[in-house]
Amino acid sequence: MNNRVLDTSRLLCPMPVIKTQQMVNSLAAGDTLEVTFTDPGAAHDIPAWCRVNGHRVLELEQHDRGGRILLQVG
Amino acid sequence: MTKQRKAVALVSGGLDSMLAVNLMIKQGIHVEGINFFTGFCVEGHTHAIRKKDKAKPKRNNALWVAEQLGIKLHIIDVVEEYKDVLLNPKYGYGANMNPCLDCKVFMVKKAKQWLEENDFDFIITGEVIGQRPMSQRKNTMPVIAKHSGADDLLLRPLSAKNLPPTLPEREGWVDREQLMGLSGRGRKPQIAMAKDIGLDDFAQPAGGCCFLTDKQYSNKLGDLWQHRCSRDYTLDDIMLLKVGRHLRPAEHYKMIVAREEGEGNFLEGYRKEFTHIRTVSHPGPLTLLDGEPSAEDLHMAARIVARYSSGRDAEEVTLEINSREGTQWQVKVPPLAADDIPGAWFL
Repeated sequence: MNNRVLDTSRLLCPMPVIKTQQMVNSLAAGDTLEVTFTDPGAAHDIPAWCRVNGHRVLELEQHDRGGRILLQVG
Repeated sequence: MTKQRKAVALVSGGLDSMLAVNLMIKQGIHVEGINFFTGFCVEGHTHAIRKKDKAKPKRNNALWVAEQLGIKLHIIDVVEEYKDVLLNPKYGYGANMNPCLDCKVFMVKKAKQWLEENDFDFIITGEVIGQRPMSQRKNTMPVIAKHSGADDLLLRPLSAKNLPPTLPEREGWVDREQLMGLSGRGRKPQIAMAKDIGLDDFAQPAGGCCFLTDKQYSNKLGDLWQHRCSRDYTLDDIMLLKVGRHLRPAEHYKMIVAREEGEGNFLEGYRKEFTHIRTVSHPGPLTLLDGEPSAEDLHMAARIVARYSSGRDAEEVTLEINSREGTQWQVKVPPLAADDIPGAWFL
């Protein structure tokens, strides 16, 4: 099982979603991906993208300057 | 057992594509959406940057639509490929820098490519005849179908009854009788359809999601090309055109003045690539200078920045100038009066 990380700092939506999508497409079901972001919109868009595409958000943390999402590929 | 047919939908996040997808789902078609990121999309970035927009929902409308409809959505980065569409439009521009017809041909062509790679059967869009002056006219719709290569695999469910039957209709994959015959710019039928399916919270009903249709943005893009002597751009270039007040006090330099805190934070990320000015004695905007300003220009730029600071009525404002090379010095200047900034400087 793969555990990957992706830094999308400074990227604005929808680029964090696009980068997440590109990396998820290279992973297998059950793999995890930790995405860090600075655009607060990503805290909404990445989970929404996960929901519509069948992936699970395991953890979501937000702070003043961004946050991090841990997702599991469905 | 009949094979379930699959359609790929161009999902903008607006109402029309949402209704078109819904018509297909009701007929048992498996639909997945694609949404293209050209770099000129209004939503997302702009809301993310501006602090005053913080109260607005941060949602990406295309994702929201997909979630409401229960379909998958694939967001595709076409920033690089889109340059050729914008720089060399075969069918020209609309009222501003919007190459709407070429843009639609490009997107349908990309959808056709996606369809082939993913073994889907046909393409749907939310286009309505007569809704857009350039790309959604009865005589341009066949142009899109032909030049995209989609031909009769391209179905417009909202206007289908006003158009010749497409392959999905002729083959009976979809029932033409259950499609719509909408035309014109009126929105009442779409609003009624939305109401019928319980939707009352949808994004800008008639699109309007592209900065290239905006006069001011188009002027700034034209100015960029003119002064760089090159019709080209990077994603950073077109992002910066979305942010701040843009003033060109002289041919050889331009100012980007943050209008509020969110924009200031965004410009912070670019400051090392530009000569930039900060206010010291009073709160004020971060300002980037694009070009090659002389010492005299820097003095003028400092006076303009002072005018946008809270020291605008003071006799003197202290500012810090930072060169691209990393040199830093302070200046004290009287703020320029609002009347002393010629309107022609504003882009």
